[in-house]
Amino acid sequence: MLTLLQEAAHGAAVAAEAAGAAHGAFHPTLPWLIVVLPLLGFVANGLLAIIAARRALPKLPPVGDPFYDHAHEPEKGHAHVDSHAYALASGGLAPEASEQEGHDVGTRPNPVDAAAAHDAHDDPNRVREMRRGSGDIHVVPAGQDAHHAHDVHDAHHAHDVHPVYGDHAPAGPKPLTHTLPSLIAPGVMIAAFALAVVNFLAMLGAHPETPWVHSYWDWMSVGDFQIGAALQLDQLSILMTLIITGVGSLIHLFSIGYMKEDPGYPRYMAYLNLFVFFMLILVLGASYPVMFVGWEGVGLCSYLLIGFWFREKANADAGKKAFIVNRIGDFGFLIAMFLLFWNVGTLNFADVGAVKGVMSAAPGALGYATPIATAIALFFFLGATGKSAQMPLYIWLPDAMAGPTPVSALIHAATMVTAGVYLIARSSVLFVLAPSASLVVTLVGALTAIFAASIGLKQWDIKKVLAYSTVSQLGFMFAAVGMGAYTAGVFHLMTHAFFKACLFLGSGAVIHAMHHALHTTHNPADAQDMRNMGGLRKHLPVTYLTMAVATLAIAGVPPFAGFFSKDEIIGAALLGAGGTNPIGLSQASLTLIPGVLEVSGRAVLGFVWGTLTITAFMTAFYMGRMMIYTFFGDNRTGDAERKHLHEGSWTLTVPLLVLATLSVLGGFLNVEREVFSHVPVIGPLFNAVAGATFGDAALHHWLHPVLAGSEGVVRANLGELAEPEHAAWPIFFAVAIGLGGLALAWALLSRKRLGTADAHPAFNGGAERTLYNKWYIDELYDRIVVRPVVGLSRAFARFDMGFIDGLVDFAGRTTQALGLAFGRIQTGQVNTYAFVLVVGVIIVLGSFVAF
Amino acid sequence: MEQIPLSYSLGLSALLFGIGVAGVIVRRNAIVLFMCVELMLNAVNLAFVALSPYAGLEGQVYVFFVIAVAAAEAAVGLAIMISVFRHKESVDMKNFSLLRW
Repeated sequence: MLTLLQEAAHGAAVAAEAAGAAHGAFHPTLPWLIVVLPLLGFVANGLLAIIAARRALPKLPPVGDPFYDHAHEPEKGHAHVDSHAYALASGGLAPEASEQEGHDVGTRPNPVDAAAAHDAHDDPNRVREMRRGSGDIHVVPAGQDAHHAHDVHDAHHAHDVHPVYGDHAPAGPKPLTHTLPSLIAPGVMIAAFALAVVNFLAMLGAHPETPWVHSYWDWMSVGDFQIGAALQLDQLSILMTLIITGVGSLIHLFSIGYMKEDPGYPRYMAYLNLFVFFMLILVLGASYPVMFVGWEGVGLCSYLLIGFWFREKANADAGKKAFIVNRIGDFGFLIAMFLLFWNVGTLNFADVGAVKGVMSAAPGALGYATPIATAIALFFFLGATGKSAQMPLYIWLPDAMAGPTPVSALIHAATMVTAGVYLIARSSVLFVLAPSASLVVTLVGALTAIFAASIGLKQWDIKKVLAYSTVSQLGFMFAAVGMGAYTAGVFHLMTHAFFKACLFLGSGAVIHAMHHALHTTHNPADAQDMRNMGGLRKHLPVTYLTMAVATLAIAGVPPFAGFFSKDEIIGAALLGAGGTNPIGLSQASLTLIPGVLEVSGRAVLGFVWGTLTITAFMTAFYMGRMMIYTFFGDNRTGDAERKHLHEGSWTLTVPLLVLATLSVLGGFLNVEREVFSHVPVIGPLFNAVAGATFGDAALHHWLHPVLAGSEGVVRANLGELAEPEHAAWPIFFAVAIGLGGLALAWALLSRKRLGTADAHPAFNGGAERTLYNKWYIDELYDRIVVRPVVGLSRAFARFDMGFIDGLVDFAGRTTQALGLAFGRIQTGQVNTYAFVLVVGVIIVLGSFVAF
Repeated sequence: MEQIPLSYSLGLSALLFGIGVAGVIVRRNAIVLFMCVELMLNAVNLAFVALSPYAGLEGQVYVFFVIAVAAAEAAVGLAIMISVFRHKESVDMKNFSLLRW
């Protein structure tokens, strides 16, 4: 470790010297350590997870070992005893279903379900013995009466001195494997965040115009194809790093409170650390292949964490669905990389982004609006649709809610799903070169936004609402980066990371409290269904307050963060429709059907504006709906359960408070004086606040060096574009939209009395049924993609087993038959052989004589 | 001194060899089979000796090799026969087809 440190310090010093000469004064401090720290966390937690898993294994007597000491085995007199001898051989009781790895103790509400799962996985005739303190053997049929088994289990704790941990009533201290991850996992994250802050401050001081790039070793070197394991630090990557490590630290902290009772806790923390490692590789890589490593790695971790409670098939299937759908996007990413290398000859961001390399008229360089540039951009976009859950590949994200809620917050809201936005912002030069591809991006983004928002209107699972909201907000980001408003897209990425992480963690706190209450009273109701909640603001005040702030932010109510970022996107669409688009899309056009239907860029952007405006209204409505059903009105959880509803430990509330604060302040990072100076009353106020805190359009200026390449491309191909004319009415309109959506939700829903999930119908009428069933898209995909593929596979399998295998069998059978036929000649009688020999000799000799 | 003509010697040799071959092909008794093999070997020996005045003395040297090999072969063969007989209670060749495919 020490030598590694020294070596790296030396490498960093050399790099700093080399970089210092070229780019001025920016010297990053141990940038590699930001990446390595989560990896170390993964290794440490992974080892703990292995140790914990090994210890949890039943200690079966060795098979066929004559020297095995059978003295400690139970007497054979009891029925069924020997089949479960390991229960006593391990010195404790046989692990209950919910104590085994892979079970969802977080959302499984009661032991009835646990017993059902138990029966599904284990032998139904299984008999569990427990040894009391006195040593006599007590036999309880586990599958027969779950409550009884449960109670005996608890009673057992009272007598037992063994440290047994479980999902409830832990007795005695927890093993070290389940306490150390609480220190390691958030520890490495906070250290990485601190390091990122140090580098950010250094960059803030230097404000370098060119990125810092350092290759640590050669990764691939084939002819012209030179790829180093290189990291790149520039304004965009450091911003992403701050979001990932900052929000990530908070979510790791939250995970302690949320997951510490789970038997798979060390494994969970290991995966979470591994995810952060790959995510940092993704944003800090200096070339597309390095980025792709992170891209695939986060997909893997996403799969592992969605299927974290893998014993339930639905969870494992959700993980597989996410992974398979992502493969389609990854295919696009790969094709785009191949095309890019084929046409430009490099895959390093710095070289691709260099205006000269891309713009020169030399053969092999990319020209403006050429088919190949469009193809590259569209294939990269295909990659982005997979990872960032855009149409048509968004279907995996709602299912991904099968994972633990902090995972949904970190991976499926704040960081991984925004990788596609990062990819497009990072490839801004390529997308500027392909105006029609950019129009496709913005169009798909807007359509995804409204589509997902419409589904979010009629979901009852609190996490599903947030999942569709995430898809919708990602649509906003894609609409932004598609129309060249890269800063707006990244801005919304950042504010969305704050408020959506806050909302998800808040929903996690709600589910945690609900689950605890329902579990304590053995109520089998669904802890995630909003119909079972209601009136929680009295019981969970901190969660209510923070989620309310985040809801105002996502609904677009000023001065919360979401208002500024969302308004910037909608405003950019409106300006583009008016004829001033920063990358000249207003002048471009999109061919929808070649030779038949061609739409002007202004029309597309106008459509996008309308769509996003409606979506913003719907967003405010469904978020208001979620808050009303969860926190307002009468409590519907039940009288016995109500006593047990309470706020969790400080690890659950502190991250919520921090994220809520960020959701309030984050918007002032990019308040443009130019826009808001036209707005009466609130404009000067916002400008004053922004001027006093972060400055005028701070994010815009911060990201300028990263986006300078794309601006150069625009200037070289289209000349100077007209400056946009700002007006006051869009701002007020946006405020009205946000407040209007919330007000409508309040007016329509707050007076409606709800029943619990088993009493209140999920939908009324056809439209609600369609929305509740998510427009039947999963069924549609099942019909047009999954079943044909399965059918084709079956046909191929039949062809393989019938024809191909038939050929092979035919060859074998022919040989066998021939062998049998010729075998008849072999009589086994020596005399016959001798006779044949002699005849042969005579023939040979005779032929000599004859010729 | 009058020499026996070469044709007589070779004729006898061919006759003996023919008898040997016929015995191997026709007879079933393993012992007889061995005797027939010995007969063929000795027919060859006779040919060697008969030809040695014309082709040199090397032929007579070969005869000694053949005698040695024949003795060895008889020893091994008879040993096999004895152990086969212990299993099969028979020396009839038609029973010995265990190695057939």
